Amino acid sequence: MGILEVKGVNKRFGGLQALGDVNLSVAENTVHAIIGPNGAGKSTLLNVLVGKLIPDSGSVMFDGQSVLGRKPHEINQMGISRVFQTPEIFADLTVMENVMIPCFARRDGAFRMHAIERVSNEKGIREEAEAILEDVAMLDKRDMTASSMSRGDKRRLEMAMCLVQEPRLLLLDEPTAGMARADTNNTIALLKEIKQKRDITMCIIEHDMHVVFSLAERITVLAQGTPLVEETPENIKGHPKVREAYLGEAQV
Amino acid sequence: MLGLNSKDATLFFIVILMTMLAPFLLNPFPAESAMAQFNAGYPDLMQRFVIYGIFAIGFNILFGLTGYLSFGHAAFLGVGSYAAVWMYKLLNFNVIYALPVAVIVAGLFSVVIGYVSLRRSGIYFSILTLAFAQMSYNLAYSVLTPITNGETGLQVYNNDPQMFLGDGPRNPHFFGLEMRTNAQLDLGAWTFNFPLGYYFAAILMLASFYLAIRIFRSPMGMMLRAIKSNQTRMSYTGLNTRPYMLAAFVISGMYAGLAGGLLAAMDPLTGAERMQWTASGEVVLMTILGGVGTLLGPILGAGFIKYCEKIFSKINENVLHRWFEALPDWIENPLVWLFARFVGEGWHLTLGLLFMLVVIFLPGGLVQGGQKIGAMFRRRNKNAGGAEARAAQQNPPAE
Ligand SMILES: Nc1ncnc2c1ncn2[C@@H]1O[C@H](COP(=O)(O)OP(=O)(O)O)[C@@H](O)[C@H]1O
Ligand SMILES: [Mg+2]
Repeated sequence: MGILEVKGVNKRFGGLQALGDVNLSVAENTVHAIIGPNGAGKSTLLNVLVGKLIPDSGSVMFDGQSVLGRKPHEINQMGISRVFQTPEIFADLTVMENVMIPCFARRDGAFRMHAIERVSNEKGIREEAEAILEDVAMLDKRDMTASSMSRGDKRRLEMAMCLVQEPRLLLLDEPTAGMARADTNNTIALLKEIKQKRDITMCIIEHDMHVVFSLAERITVLAQGTPLVEETPENIKGHPKVREAYLGEAQV
Repeated sequence: MLGLNSKDATLFFIVILMTMLAPFLLNPFPAESAMAQFNAGYPDLMQRFVIYGIFAIGFNILFGLTGYLSFGHAAFLGVGSYAAVWMYKLLNFNVIYALPVAVIVAGLFSVVIGYVSLRRSGIYFSILTLAFAQMSYNLAYSVLTPITNGETGLQVYNNDPQMFLGDGPRNPHFFGLEMRTNAQLDLGAWTFNFPLGYYFAAILMLASFYLAIRIFRSPMGMMLRAIKSNQTRMSYTGLNTRPYMLAAFVISGMYAGLAGGLLAAMDPLTGAERMQWTASGEVVLMTILGGVGTLLGPILGAGFIKYCEKIFSKINENVLHRWFEALPDWIENPLVWLFARFVGEGWHLTLGLLFMLVVIFLPGGLVQGGQKIGAMFRRRNKNAGGAEARAAQQNPPAE
């Protein structure tokens, strides 16, 4: 039994079968990559996992509990965090505030009426936030407004915001897209380090095969909304079905 | 100090000083001089400054922090007034009953309206609040006449129960201190007013202001700004935006209720027009004009609009003729005609123009204007003291 069990999930958008009978099992404390050509349904699958979309049929179990029908914030409080394909950060807030908010969410839950307490007095939260900024090498940018940062920095900030919550399952949607090589390598190193430090399961969508093969222990290939194969990285490289899926895209 | 950082504490002390010295600051012109009509230091107007200040401070907690633009906040102000007058009718004229009840009733009312309106965001939220406020206005005007006394407006009559009245004052008071008490001080050609009602309302405004600063600097204040910035990220960070929004909405509704209660404390009657959509729009203007999301902005905006309303609407053609009498008639008459369009009944035109100018050239409101002027002076000082500054940089003082 994996920590995440997806069974028979279907999702249609009008005439388009975005997800067709998706089965996926992600084992605890592993890195599981999902690859596939553009439009294969990878982001749609993540949307189902975090409660942004409700599938037409099928079941999604996280740690033995169904996530379907729960609100996004409830699913997050169960221990699932997500990095988006286009970074979702608090653009008008400072970098420091951006990472403090998930710290509050983890400590105080989905809502707490803390209208009189002072942010400047929250020593524990500040330390936690500073520690994660140190980890992603952004401590020097703590007082910058998030919107004024480069795209690469925004991605790293979003990752820091997810990591500081210490989720049990981290979903990453193309975390290195648009990053320079050096930044990509830093991200790989960061994720490896996090993985070593503590128990975490990661599910990563990626186009960059270098990232996939550096991190993943299992790989699922998705094409036209349906998983084609699930294999170890060694076995996937020359797999005929994988070639077919990607060549199919090249021909279009 | 007081749990504020040094910058906020300074701001707070400046506001305390300004409100306490307002009777002097607002009366710069001798009583008999031609400029005396620009004085603002008389009871009714000063009370309006601080009461509408409270209204705008509260509105800014919702609009400034979360970006949700309510077009119905006058409803809470009106409900506060009605609740206060009912306390006069049922118990007695002590505001110790009227004000808390005004705040609580406005709070309950805003829970209901907020709960429904907050199911939508953006323009739909604004429209929902507007619809609710207009409904309340119409109910107050007609259907609910037994409670609101409809068109006539609610006031205290001799045959009202007034259970605790005894031989106490027959005007709003705070344990015997009557709100309409006014002390006058004549200093040479100047006359200064010290209305008790003003100081009472001013102290409540300072308390409201202090609370607003604390909310702005609290974790919840940060959450509210985060909601304005990115609601998607909020939910995927495990935060439920609904209760946060509702809390902000109800807090701002209670501020409005307090303001409404205070209006009824200065003058113990009220009517449905206090809930009209123009009144809701006014607090929006105040907040934007002063500076949305800033601490001081709403107070400045409220003062500015209430000042323009009183002063510009008082000027009429006679006054204008006196101003321009030195000019030949063929210049005087057209000038008077032109200016007359912008004063008296036409003061809204002036307000509209000022509002447009501010929004176009100072999107951050009067506060931004103040900051710009401040920055200009600092730059000039720097140039003047440039040599000193350079010397200081070369020899940093030992710690
Ligand atoms: N909300 C939506 N409404 C309609 N169609 C959608 C929606 N989201 C995704 N799709 C379609 O579903 C298919 C899969 O999209 P997506 O999951 O984003 O693919 P990818 O694997 O590139 O992430 C695409 O054809 C896309 O156009
Ligand atoms: Mg995608």
